[in-house]
Amino acid sequence: MNKVFHVMYDDDDTLKDAASALVAKGIRVKDVFSPFPVHGIDPIIGVKRTRLGIAAFMFATTGTTLALLGMWYFMISDWPMNIGGKPSFSLIENLPAFIPVTFEFSVLCGAHGMAITYLLRNGTLPGMPASNPDPRTTDDKFVMEITTEQNALSADELEAAIKETPLFELSTKDYK
Amino acid sequence: MQREAAIREPLILGDKSYKDITDDVVGPIQGDAPIGWKIMITISSIIAVYGVGCILYLLGTGIGVWGLNKTVGWAWDITNFVWWVGIGHAGTLISAVLLLFRQKWRMAINRSAEAMTIFAVIMAAIFPGIHMGRIWVSYWVLPLPNQFGSLWVNFNSPLLWDVFAISTYFSVSLVFWYIGLIPDFATIRDRMTKPFAKKVYGLLSFGWSGRAKHWNRFEEVSLVLAGIATPLVFSVHSIVSMDFATSVIPGWHTTIFPPYFVSGAVFSGFAMVQTLLLIMRKGMKLENYIHVKHVEYMNIVIIVTGSIVGVAYLTELFISWYSGVEYESYAFINRFSGPYSWAYWIMMTCNVISPQLFWFKKIRRSLVATFALSIVVNIGMWFERYVIIVTSIHRDYDPSSWGEFHPTNIDIGVFIGTLGIFFTLFLGFARFFPVLALNELKTILKSSGENYKKAQENN
Repeated sequence: MNKVFHVMYDDDDTLKDAASALVAKGIRVKDVFSPFPVHGIDPIIGVKRTRLGIAAFMFATTGTTLALLGMWYFMISDWPMNIGGKPSFSLIENLPAFIPVTFEFSVLCGAHGMAITYLLRNGTLPGMPASNPDPRTTDDKFVMEITTEQNALSADELEAAIKETPLFELSTKDYK
Repeated sequence: MQREAAIREPLILGDKSYKDITDDVVGPIQGDAPIGWKIMITISSIIAVYGVGCILYLLGTGIGVWGLNKTVGWAWDITNFVWWVGIGHAGTLISAVLLLFRQKWRMAINRSAEAMTIFAVIMAAIFPGIHMGRIWVSYWVLPLPNQFGSLWVNFNSPLLWDVFAISTYFSVSLVFWYIGLIPDFATIRDRMTKPFAKKVYGLLSFGWSGRAKHWNRFEEVSLVLAGIATPLVFSVHSIVSMDFATSVIPGWHTTIFPPYFVSGAVFSGFAMVQTLLLIMRKGMKLENYIHVKHVEYMNIVIIVTGSIVGVAYLTELFISWYSGVEYESYAFINRFSGPYSWAYWIMMTCNVISPQLFWFKKIRRSLVATFALSIVVNIGMWFERYVIIVTSIHRDYDPSSWGEFHPTNIDIGVFIGTLGIFFTLFLGFARFFPVLALNELKTILKSSGENYKKAQENN
C-alpha cells in the first residue's frame, strides 16, 4: 500500500524552508500546489525551466515562413497586379509592403501556438477536473505532495520528517 | 524575498493577508448585485439595444443612411473605429509593456484594462464591418481561394494590413487575458457554494490546480506573450495610421502619423482606464488596491503621451507651412480657421492644454480632477480623429464639390450604441469576473503591502 502526504503550510516562505529541509534529508517532493507562483520553489523541488519559449519561437518562424510564402504566391506568382507601380514581379523588391503582414502573422502564430501548447502540456482544457488536493490551495494555503512511492523512506519515517517542519495541516491518503 | 525601498508608497494598503485579497475580489461575485450596478446595466443595455437597432437598420437599408456625401466618404464610422482602437491600446500596454519593465503597479489595473481593451477592439471592429454595407461578404477581406478567377486581396494595401493587425491584436489580447484569468477562475471555483456557479467557474478554469510546474509555465507564457505583444501594440496603431498616411490626401500624407497615433492611442486608452477604474474601485470597494498612487502613475503616462500628441500637432502645422506645398498648407489653415475650426480648438484644448494640468501634484493626485480630465481627454481624442478625417476631405481639389458633413441620427445612434454595448460588456465583466489579477497581487503583497512594509521598517 502506497501513501500520499498532503502537507499544508500557511505561508510561501515557510513552504520554501520546509521544502529545502525535506529535500536536504533526501526526501523527494512530488509537487507543490499554490495560489500564486512561489518564486524560488522550482530549483528546490527540481522543476526544470519550461521549453515553451523555444516552442513559441518555432511557431513564430513558421508564421513568418507561411506569410512570406503566401504573399509570394498571391501577389507575385499567381496574379501579379500593378499597384501604384510597385514592383509586382519580385518578392524581394516588393518586400517592404509585405513586412506588416509578415510581422502580424508571425505574432499570431507564435502567440496562439504557444498558448495552445501551454494548455495541452498543462492538461488545462475546458471540462478538465481540478486536481488540487484542497480548495484552500487556490486561496491562501500551500500544499506539498509527497508520496512513499517516490521515496526510499517508509511511511512512518516520512511522516516523522514532515512533522518536524512548521506545517499547518497534514492529511494522508492510501492508494494502490 | 524581494525587498522594496521604504520610501516607495505601498501598492496594497491596509492590513491585508492573502485571504483578504481573495475575499475582497471574490466577495462581490458571490454576493447579490448592488443596486447601482443594476441601474447602470439597465441604462447601458437600453442604449446598446438602440445601437443594435440602428446597425440593423443600416445593414438593411445601406450606408446611405449615414450623412456621407460627395467628398466626405469617411466620417463618423472611421472616427469611431480609430477612437475605439485607440482606447483598446491601454490594456495591452499596461499588461505587456509594463510587465517587461517590471512595473508592479500594473497588477491592480491590468485585468480590467485588458477587459476594456478587448471590448473596445470589438466595438472598433464593428465599424469597418458595417462600413462595408454588405457585412455578409466581409470574408472577402481574407485571402481565400474563390470562384472569381485568381482574385486575391491586395497585400500592398494598409487596409488589408489592418485586417491582419486588428485580428491579431484582438485574438492575442484575448488569449493573454484568458491565460491570466484561468488561475483566478480556479480561485472562484473553489470558493463557490452554489452548484451551478461552481460548475460554470469550473469549466472556465479549465481544471487549473496551481501545480509548481504549471506556474513555471504560466510565468514563461506571460513573459513571452508580453514580449511579442509589446511590438504588436505599437504595430497596430501604426498600421491604423498608415490607412491615412499612405494615401495622397493633404493632411493625411505625413510620415509623423505612426508615432503620433500610437501616443494618441495610449493617451486616450489611459484616460478611459481612469474613467472606468475610478468608478469601479468605488463601486466594488477596491480602494485599497487601486489607490491614489496608481492614479498618479497613470496620470504621469497621460502627461507624457499627451505632450507627445501636442508636439505632433504643432509639428504637423509647422511642416505643412515649411513644405511649401499649397494644398498641404491649405489643409491645415482650413483646419484651424475653416468651418471645422470649432472641432480643431476643442481638440487642442482637450488634448494639449488639459493634460498639462497634471504637472501639479495636487491635481495629479486628486481623484475628482482625474475623473473630470479623463472624460475631457476622451472627448478631445474623439475630436482629434474627427478633425483629421473630416477636415482633410470635406474640401477637395474641386471647389464646386466642397461641402460639409452633417451626422444623421443613425450616425449618432450607432456611435452611442457602441458606447452602450461597451459599458454593458464591461459591467458584465465587473460583476462576474475577477476584476483584479489575484494571483499576481498575492506575489507583491509581501514586498509592497502596507502592513509588511511597516513591519520591515520596524525591524
